[in-house]
Order: sequence, then structure tokens, then C-alpha cells
Amino acid sequence: MGTTQTRSENKYDDLVTKTGFSPEQIKNLHKRFQQLSENEETISKEHLHSIPALANNPIKKQIIDAFFDKRNQHQDEVGSFQEIGFEQFLMVLSHFRPPTLKMSEEDKARIRKEKLRFLFNMHDTDNDGTITLAEYRKVVEELLSKSGTMGIEAAKAIADAAMLGVASTNVPHMKPDEFYEGITFEHFEQILKGLEMETRMHIRFMDVNTTTMRCGKSTS
Amino acid sequence: MLSRSRPGKGVLEQALLLLVVVVLLQGSVLPLGAVSSPDISHQDRKDEHAVAIHSHNITKKPFPVLSVDYQNIQTPFEIALWVLLASLMKLGFHLIPRLSSIVPESCLLIVVGLLVGGFIRLAGEQVPPVLDSRLFFLCLLPPIILDAGYFLPIRPFMENVGTILMFAVVGTLWNAFFIGGLLYAVCQIQPSELNQLELLHCLLFGSIISAVDPVAVLAVFEEIHINELLHILVFGESLLNDAVTVVLYHLFEEFSGAGEVTVLDGFLGIISFLVVALGGVLVGAIYGILAAFTSRFTSHTRVIEPLFVFLYSYMAYLSSEMFHLSGIMALISCGAVMRPYVEANISHKSHTTIKYFLKMWSSVSETLIFIFLGVATVDGPHAWNWTFVTVTVILCLVARVIGVVGLTFVINKFRIVKLTTKDQFIVAYGGLRGAIAFSLCFLLKKEHFPKRELFLTAIITVIFFTVFVQGMTIKPLVELLAVKKKQEAKRSINEEIHTQFLDHLLTGIEDICGHYGHHHWKDKLNRFNKKYVKKCLIAGERSKEPQLIAFYHKMEMKQAIELVESGGGSKLPSANPSTISMQNIQPKKSAAAKPAERALPQLSKGREEEIRKILRGNLQRTRQRLRSYNRHTLVADPYEDGLNNLLLKKQKVIELEKKIKQMNTYLTVPAAPPDSPTMCRARLASDPQAYSVKSTSDDLPTIQVDLASPQSPDSVHLLDEFKKGEQKRQKEEEDQGLVMKAPTGVGDSDGSRDQQKLQRCLSDPGPKAEEEEEEDEPFLP
Repeated sequence: MGTTQTRSENKYDDLVTKTGFSPEQIKNLHKRFQQLSENEETISKEHLHSIPALANNPIKKQIIDAFFDKRNQHQDEVGSFQEIGFEQFLMVLSHFRPPTLKMSEEDKARIRKEKLRFLFNMHDTDNDGTITLAEYRKVVEELLSKSGTMGIEAAKAIADAAMLGVASTNVPHMKPDEFYEGITFEHFEQILKGLEMETRMHIRFMDVNTTTMRCGKSTS
Repeated sequence: MLSRSRPGKGVLEQALLLLVVVVLLQGSVLPLGAVSSPDISHQDRKDEHAVAIHSHNITKKPFPVLSVDYQNIQTPFEIALWVLLASLMKLGFHLIPRLSSIVPESCLLIVVGLLVGGFIRLAGEQVPPVLDSRLFFLCLLPPIILDAGYFLPIRPFMENVGTILMFAVVGTLWNAFFIGGLLYAVCQIQPSELNQLELLHCLLFGSIISAVDPVAVLAVFEEIHINELLHILVFGESLLNDAVTVVLYHLFEEFSGAGEVTVLDGFLGIISFLVVALGGVLVGAIYGILAAFTSRFTSHTRVIEPLFVFLYSYMAYLSSEMFHLSGIMALISCGAVMRPYVEANISHKSHTTIKYFLKMWSSVSETLIFIFLGVATVDGPHAWNWTFVTVTVILCLVARVIGVVGLTFVINKFRIVKLTTKDQFIVAYGGLRGAIAFSLCFLLKKEHFPKRELFLTAIITVIFFTVFVQGMTIKPLVELLAVKKKQEAKRSINEEIHTQFLDHLLTGIEDICGHYGHHHWKDKLNRFNKKYVKKCLIAGERSKEPQLIAFYHKMEMKQAIELVESGGGSKLPSANPSTISMQNIQPKKSAAAKPAERALPQLSKGREEEIRKILRGNLQRTRQRLRSYNRHTLVADPYEDGLNNLLLKKQKVIELEKKIKQMNTYLTVPAAPPDSPTMCRARLASDPQAYSVKSTSDDLPTIQVDLASPQSPDSVHLLDEFKKGEQKRQKEEEDQGLVMKAPTGVGDSDGSRDQQKLQRCLSDPGPKAEEEEEEDEPFLP
């Protein structure tokens, strides 16, 4: 008993340094992980699909895919997992940690890059380093997918307009026969720099021990 | 008689302006003086009128050709004169180049008020009590607050609402008790008549003076352009602390007669606060929903749409004032609640009207308030006491600083994006007091509050201090501290897409993590809104429109209108001029792939000819018409109603057009250089009515839709045309609509064009296509 406890603490220490969460947060997330995986070691896509609250989310599929995307594991691998363990789960969630007060400018820039990279990976499904027009159209279509036929028709026009926006911001003077291949990561950063991702893309992780968590309902 | 204390500059126009101002002052002094002494006014009239006056004294008087009857028009005349004075002042300040950048307008206006008051005094007249509390609270304050509430940026407000509430409620309470309490202590120590000041009176004074004033904050902060977060913090605080002020004021006023406040009263006070605040918000929300619901049915009476907005808001304010609830919060919630729905329902013109009327009224109100503040200062009555006044000023500053620092310490524990020291400094420094404090004090009755004049003097001193000293120095300080400024760039479609994407992403992550956070509830609210509320309050198709599409349409419309206003394309108003066009984005398809991708059957030559004929015919009608506005003919804009349909059609059109391009068939002729008149006229070509009219009589329904396609990147032209072709005028008064003699003219509309030329163009898409595509550019971000 004692040894397992110390072992799990050590294991948590490892994760603390890797992901930056605090031990309490990791404990809570571990509970949640076990809930989702029905007490198994790994979770698969079906487990995540079965979360009822996600049913209304138009980009559900992309979010779930992001968890299984190897690119989000900070390990330079590509492809996707079939199932992920707790560590991978945490790694993906670590992209959503809030910024701390004492952050230098370089830290902020690094974090912003990381978060933007996460978003970029979500859009760039074929992993060729650019978001092509087709991929971007898919993104907009998914966003409007819960809005019926009006959405589908408008999606194309919106995506085209958006793509044009990216191109004109980044490569303003292209000759008529040049072809803009797709949004590269630098261009992506450029167009979204006004949004200040480092302060917007985060959620609050619970520090408190929520032992009575039930099916996603937190009582804290 | 009137001594000019303003330094005259050498410039002719400035001298003229000053002359005008002085004449006006002279004119205003006399009528104002007429309140108390009608006889003098008669005698001061010019000689021309003397004849008429004389004629009154003769028994059989000849018919009075010219007579004076000032009493009849006195009140409206004076009001108009004051407003005119205020507006001319505003004009004047901006004519003097460097002044407006150094000194905030509010300071200048107060100085003007002082001068006017001084003139009146010097003229021996009684200064009119212009800053009458009723006038202030019922007429001058509501437009400013409505303007603020209607255009309140909801997203940053909601994201920071916790912080704002903390500052507004806890901060104001702290200020009130700290100032009141310490002032009482100081007064007790002082061996002077201040000893008689009771604790409750001091607390009342503290509560009056502790509230940050929205008018002053708006006036100063609007000129310094700091970042959104700080702006919304200070401004939101100034709006929400009204509830606290109202409760404290009534509490202490009620009980200062009784002489003591018990615990029960304190408890009732807290309940009262909740009632006042929530009640105000509720009243405002109810009226807001009523307004939104009414606007759903106004499609046939567009002219009075803005009136509903103003009336419902004003009634919300008055209703909540009736119950002693917080009128300011009612106005804010009314404006904020009704805005998304009303804007979806009303016409573009009404939207512009509302915006400009609100800005105009609030601007005039603000100007008047500051001028009256100056006049009222001269009026008095004053009772100066060095100790009291200086201690008040110092305590205000100290209390504010301690309050902000202490609260931020607590708030930062709960905030993700913490407030830095710089932020805290700006928040503390931006705590300006203004006319609301003065008016509240004015309302106090002299019998109950013997020290009323002392209070007034102190309040005026604090107001002057904050507005002048803090108002003038905040701008250089902001520069010095390098506080982040407001981001001026407009939101682009990419940002909008990603904002939405981020919202959904974060909601999803929260759901996966299993806790119901901020995003989850926001998402729930949005879904509720979409499912139930929008259906009730928004007319027609717009109720189902998702936000992204609404944003996109709004953006397109804005750019189309910009294009029209800039002269029909002669100057493309784009921020980054670029030569990117759709062609650069579209994947180039090889010839081999074409047949597989064709969605349309290839057009035969015969069909082409028909198409051209139809287009020619349609394009020959309508063009720019002379617009004569008559409120009865300002009917429902066809483009408004048809806009959605048209925009949908436009999507189809662009699709179609691309397919057509791929088939290497051109229905269009090369585009003219942007500033040729033919180009302009061509753009104004098709009449929106032509669409609906034509569709029945045509055997080429698809091509009908394509009416716009020749001018391919057409949304610009379409919307353009709608703008011009709004009036349902007779189409018969067609002059040579399209006199496109030049070799260039968009849209195959030229009747004089012959087949060959067209074919030549058909086979030579090349560079022209790019130029044509360029028109796509303007309405894209």
C-alpha cells in the first residue's frame, strides 16, 4: 500500500514537471480520466464521443481528434493514436493552462506559439504544414454545421473570404498567376495575433478535491 | 461692459469666432436676466423696436407693424440659446488646434461655464439656477447613459463582471465609510463650528462623494484611448455603483432625521441594495424585451423605428426612478438587452439614425452638464472652510488608492488575467467625480442639513480637482507609463471565425474535463437564446442566422457601402491594398479535370446570345436616380427585404460563375479602369426589382440569377445597386442608362457591343480576369 502510494506520487511528480499542472489538479483530472475510461488504463475515441454534453458541440469531432493526435504530444511524432493513456490526456490538456502573473515576454510568446500550434494542428488535418482552402472550408462548415442549409452555402463564401484575407495580409502582392498554396504557421500566427491567445485560450482547472464528482457535474 | 478675459489670437477666424461668441453671450445674458427683471430687457432693446413700444402708450395706436413679445417664447428660447452656446463652444474648441489635445474638453467647458456665470453676475443679473436636479436627472443624464448602455461592449463587460462588481459595490462602500468616518473624526478634533457636524451627515456626504461618475469618466477616457480592459473596468464601475449610491443616499437621508441607524436598518439597507440593483436591471430588461418585440413588426414603418428604441429606454429609466430603483442600471440593461435583437430587425438607416441621435444627444448633454457645473459654481451659495475641503480632497484620493489596491489584491486571486500595478494605477487615477455628486447634494434640504453649502463647496472642489488635475494629467501619464492602448483595427473575418472556434473548443474541453465552467454556461445561454428567444424577437429569416454568417453579411455590407461612398470604386478603401484575388486562392484545375467538375451543361452559342440579350436588357434599366425624400415614400427598402435572398443567390452566383469560368466561356467583357464613369454607371446597373420581376418571364431561370454574374465579384455591385436603387421609382424615366461607349465597361450590358468583340474577349480571359477579380477585394477583409 505504502509503496503504491509513493509510486503514484512519484508518477505525479513526473507529470507535474512535464505538464505544469499542480498535483491536486492532476489528481482531479486522473479521477475524471478514470471516470471516462470506466476504470481502464486507456480511453478510446468512443469513450469521449459518449460524453453527453459534447453532443451539441459543432466541432466535437475535431476536438476529440485533437486528443488522439500525436502532434500535440510535444514529441515530434505524427499520426494518431487509437487509444491514449493518462499521460497523453494530460499533455493535451496542458495546452489549456492559464497564464501566470509572473510571466516574461518570452514566456508569453512561447506559450502563445504553443497554443496557436495546437489550433493549427486542429485545422491542418493532413499534416502538410499548411491549411489549404479545402481544409479551411471544412473548418467553417463544421462551425456552421448546426445551422442547417443556410450554413452550408454560406460556409464556402465565408471560407473563401477568410482565405483571401489571410493571403492579402501576408502576401499582399501576388501576381495573378501565382497560387497561394495555403496558410502556413507563420501566416496563421500573423492573422491571429490580435486575439492574444495566451490570455484567451485557457480553462480553469480545479485545484480543490472534488470527491463527489458525478458524470461531469462538479459540486465545487 | 463685458470684459474679455480670453486672450485674442491674431488669426482672423478665431477672432471672428470669439466675436460671435461674445455677441451670443451678450444675447444670452440679457434674456437670462429677463427672468428677474422684465423691464430692463425692454429698455435694452434696440431702437427699431422703440417705435413699437412707444406705440403702446398712445391711446389710439396704429396697427403695430412690429412688436416684441418676449414672454411668449421665453423658456424655449432660453433653452435653445443654452444648447446653441454649448454647441458653439464645442465647435470653437476644435478650431483652436493645440488646445483640445492638451486640455480635455470637460475642463474647457467648465471654464466656459464659469465665464458665463461670471458675465451674468457682472451684468448684475441673478444667475439662473440651471443645474436644477430635476432637469439634470430627467433630461441631461439619460441620453448619456443610454448611449453608453446601448453601445456597451458586452463581451468584455461580461468577462470582467466580477471584477467590476467588486470595484463598484465594495469599493464604493469602502470609500463612503472611510471618507465619512474620517471626516467626522477630523471635524470632531477641530475646534470650530465643524464640531456640530453629525456622524450621519458625514456619512451621507461620504456616500455622495464616493461614487465615480460615468459622465466625467466617459468625457476623459474617450480621449485617451486606453485598452479595452481598463476602459471597461473603470467605466463599468462608474455605471454599476449607481445602485450603491442610491441606497446609501436614501438610507442616510432617511435616518439622519432620526439620528441613528440600527443594525436592523443596516440589514434592511443590504436588502434594499439588492432590490434596487436587481430591480433596476429587471425593469430595464423587461422594457428591452418589449422594444425588441416591437421592432419585430416595424418592417413597414421604418421611419419610426429609432423612436421605439428611445422611448422604451426612457420609459425604463422613468419607471425605475419612480420606484427609487437604480435608473442607470435600468437604462444599461435595457440598451444591452434590446440591442442584438433590434439590430437584427431594423433597417440599416434606422441603425445609423439611432447611432447618430444617441451620439448627438449625449454629446450635447455632456456639454451642457459641464457648462452648468461652471455656472452653478459661480452661483453658489458657498461656505468655504479650509480644513473641511482640503481634508475631503485628500481623503478622496487616499481612499481611492487604498480601495483599488486592496481590492485588486483580493480580485487577483480569482482572475486568470491578473491586474498589474500599472492597471491598478490607471483604475485608481481614473476615479473621477462629476455632476451626479453635485446634483445629489443639491437635492438635500437645507432644513435637515444645515451644512449643505459646505458640502456643496467641498463637492465642487473635489470635482474641479479630479476633472482638472486628474483629467489633464491622465493622458501624459498614460503615455509615460506606456499603458497598452486600444486596438484600432477592425475585427476581421478570420478573427471572428477563430473566436467562435475557440469558444466551442473551450466549451468542449471543459465538458471533457468534467467541470461546468464559465464557457459551459455561456454556451448554454447561447443555445437557449438561439432556440427560444431569437425566434420570438427577431423577424423572419434572420432569427435563424448564426452569428458567423450575420457577421459576414454585416462586414460585406459595410465594405460595399464604403465602396459606394468612396465614389463607386474610384478609391478602394482597403487597408492593405493588395492584388490578391480569388484566382490566387482557387486551386488551379487542369484541363483534364474540367469535364468531371462541370456542374452546368455547356452553354451553346445560342444560349450565350440569349444571355447577353437578357443582361443587356436588364442593365439598361435603372441607374442612379435622383432621390427625393418624402417621409411617405421612404418605404421599406427593397434591398433590405431582399438582402438575404440576394446574398444567398449571390453565393450561388459565385459558384456558377466559377464553373462558367472553368468552361472558358466568358459572358463578361474586360473591366474598365476603376474610375471611368461608365464603370460607375455599370455598377449601378441592375435593379433589384429586376430580379423578382424578371424571374417569371424568363426561360432561363439559372441565368436570371446570374444577372449579377457578369460583374462577377458582385456582392459589391449588388449591394451597391441596392443602395442606389432603393426608391421604387418609375423605371420609365430611363435615360441612356448605360451609355457605355468606351471599350471597357463591366457587364456585358452594352448594346452597341458586337458579337465579335465579345468573342474576342471570350477567348482572352487573361489579365482582365484578374482585374475583374480584383473587385472581389474590397469587401473582403
